[in-house]
Amino acid sequence: MIQFENVSRSFLVGDQKVAALRDINLSIAAGDYVSIMGPSGSGKSTLLNLIGLLDRPTSGTYRLDGGDVTALNDEQQARVRSQKIGFVFQSFHLVPRLTAAMNIELPLILAGIPPAERKRRVAELLENYGLNDRADHRPDQLSGGQRQRVAIARATSMRPAVLLADEPTGNLDQTTGREVIKLLEALTEQHVALILVTHDPAIGGRAKRQLQMVDGQIISQT
Amino acid sequence: MRFIDLLDFASTSLRGSRSRTLLMILAMSIGVAAVVVLTALGEGARRYVVNQFSSLGTNLVLVFPGRTETAGINPGMLLGQIPRELSLDDAEALLKSPAVKRIAPLTIGTSEISRAALNREVVVLGSTSELLTVRHMSLGQGQFLPAGDIHSSASVCVLGNKIKHELFGNESGIGAWVRLGDRRFRVIGVMARQGESMGFNTDEIVIVPVSSAHLLFNTSGLFRILVEAKSRDALEPAKRAAEKILMERHNNERDVTVVTQDAVLKTFDRILRALTLAVGGIAAISLAVAGVLIMNVMLIAVSQRVKEIGLLKALGAPAAEIRKLFFAEAILLSGIGSVAGLILGEIGVLAIGKLYPSLPVVAPWWAVLAALLTSLVTGVLFSVWPARRAARLDPVTALAGR
Repeated sequence: MIQFENVSRSFLVGDQKVAALRDINLSIAAGDYVSIMGPSGSGKSTLLNLIGLLDRPTSGTYRLDGGDVTALNDEQQARVRSQKIGFVFQSFHLVPRLTAAMNIELPLILAGIPPAERKRRVAELLENYGLNDRADHRPDQLSGGQRQRVAIARATSMRPAVLLADEPTGNLDQTTGREVIKLLEALTEQHVALILVTHDPAIGGRAKRQLQMVDGQIISQT
Repeated sequence: MRFIDLLDFASTSLRGSRSRTLLMILAMSIGVAAVVVLTALGEGARRYVVNQFSSLGTNLVLVFPGRTETAGINPGMLLGQIPRELSLDDAEALLKSPAVKRIAPLTIGTSEISRAALNREVVVLGSTSELLTVRHMSLGQGQFLPAGDIHSSASVCVLGNKIKHELFGNESGIGAWVRLGDRRFRVIGVMARQGESMGFNTDEIVIVPVSSAHLLFNTSGLFRILVEAKSRDALEPAKRAAEKILMERHNNERDVTVVTQDAVLKTFDRILRALTLAVGGIAAISLAVAGVLIMNVMLIAVSQRVKEIGLLKALGAPAAEIRKLFFAEAILLSGIGSVAGLILGEIGVLAIGKLYPSLPVVAPWWAVLAALLTSLVTGVLFSVWPARRAARLDPVTALAGR
């Protein structure tokens, strides 16, 4: 489903070109569970941003569901993000003034889904993630675990094919971190491809496929 | 994104920073209220003048002695002569024109009025019985100047309301004698209370027959002749007739000025309308200032909400949608601000109306419309830049909050 062919990404720092990713070749299928590990600065987050269409490769091609998405313009890429990709962030990125239910509803609103359908899906997600009694709370009234559950519910509200998680347990204690990972892993059973960036080997080790990155290159795959 | 959701989302971000929103709305509403109140004042002044003019009488033609010459020098001026006076016979001659309904000659001067030990300075108006109708005055009690020969100098007078009260208190005063200068006059009537009109207080005058006034002031000329035309359509013919008759009577010299009341009124109307526009324009500057404020606040909002913008992009909002979100916020701000301003302005107008009941203050509809449009347009215009800035943010750096 996801195919990277010789993808490179370099940044200009001052007048120096710094390669963040070098000739990445990668293919991920629906329902895959992939973890990306490596030291900071190894290019894990850059790779995740490229997969999530938040960034464009300097060279190489990226095919998503068979189509070359590097050729798409910003607006078309935004539509692809809305329809196929879900994000879960380390710092949750919930909108502070919106309630849990409204945060979950946000992608549906942006996609222009009718209110009745939105309401149904949000209720379902609140139920699935055990947030029923927290629906009307704002993020600052929620615990870390609850916040990340809201974020996962939001990421899955558009039923994406790919879920990208960047250090999803980084701001959580171990027990809640494990719960969150289990929720994410459950999604792979529904044929969602889960790609997880982490530097915690205990979490990365649970994935069926593990990528080790150093200096912008994948040095090992299992 | 549906339009209603767009507004809803924008309103949540306005509610999210309440004091910022309230201050913005305040700035916008002060601008709109200023336009409404100031144009209402200007319009009020215009209507006031128009009303005052029509209360002076309808279908009036005014005849003044003398003429403002722009072409050459009048030989009389070299000899130190003043222009020929308007005489009572001139006034009577005007009645020959079929367009003229009635006339009232006017002589004016000041004199001392006394009754027993009481005395004061008064403005004395010399005229005829027609004055009452021509000038739309109303009599309180007794009777007005007797009709009849314009040249008869009967020793009768009609007192202004305030003068009567000062000289006679609560007595009626009718039939009593007062002294004006060195002559004695019998009081035959008292004017109704009218108050100020065109800076001329009819409560503080004394009206005597025009010939008596001439004797009193030892003159023979008239200050003015008020000519009432038969109808509105007869105004111009009456004006031309008056010019022609007086020219014939004055050895074919055009030495009088004849204007219609309409012409004077139109001039005032034009001046005051321009004034209203100017004042409204000045007030509109405050709207532009409010617009700059909106821009400033929106720019701050963009930098405060960088992470949120990054998130919206990650969730699949295209640049155009993000622009629309910020536009919607600006439009809501300026929309609510202008409605609040309209209410504030109308309250101000009501308050002014209560304080100065004689001033017919009403905000003209075009000013209200212009204020609303200006505030909305400035709101949108000044949010173009912040909205573009938000839409152009790179999602990766925005999510990192950099």
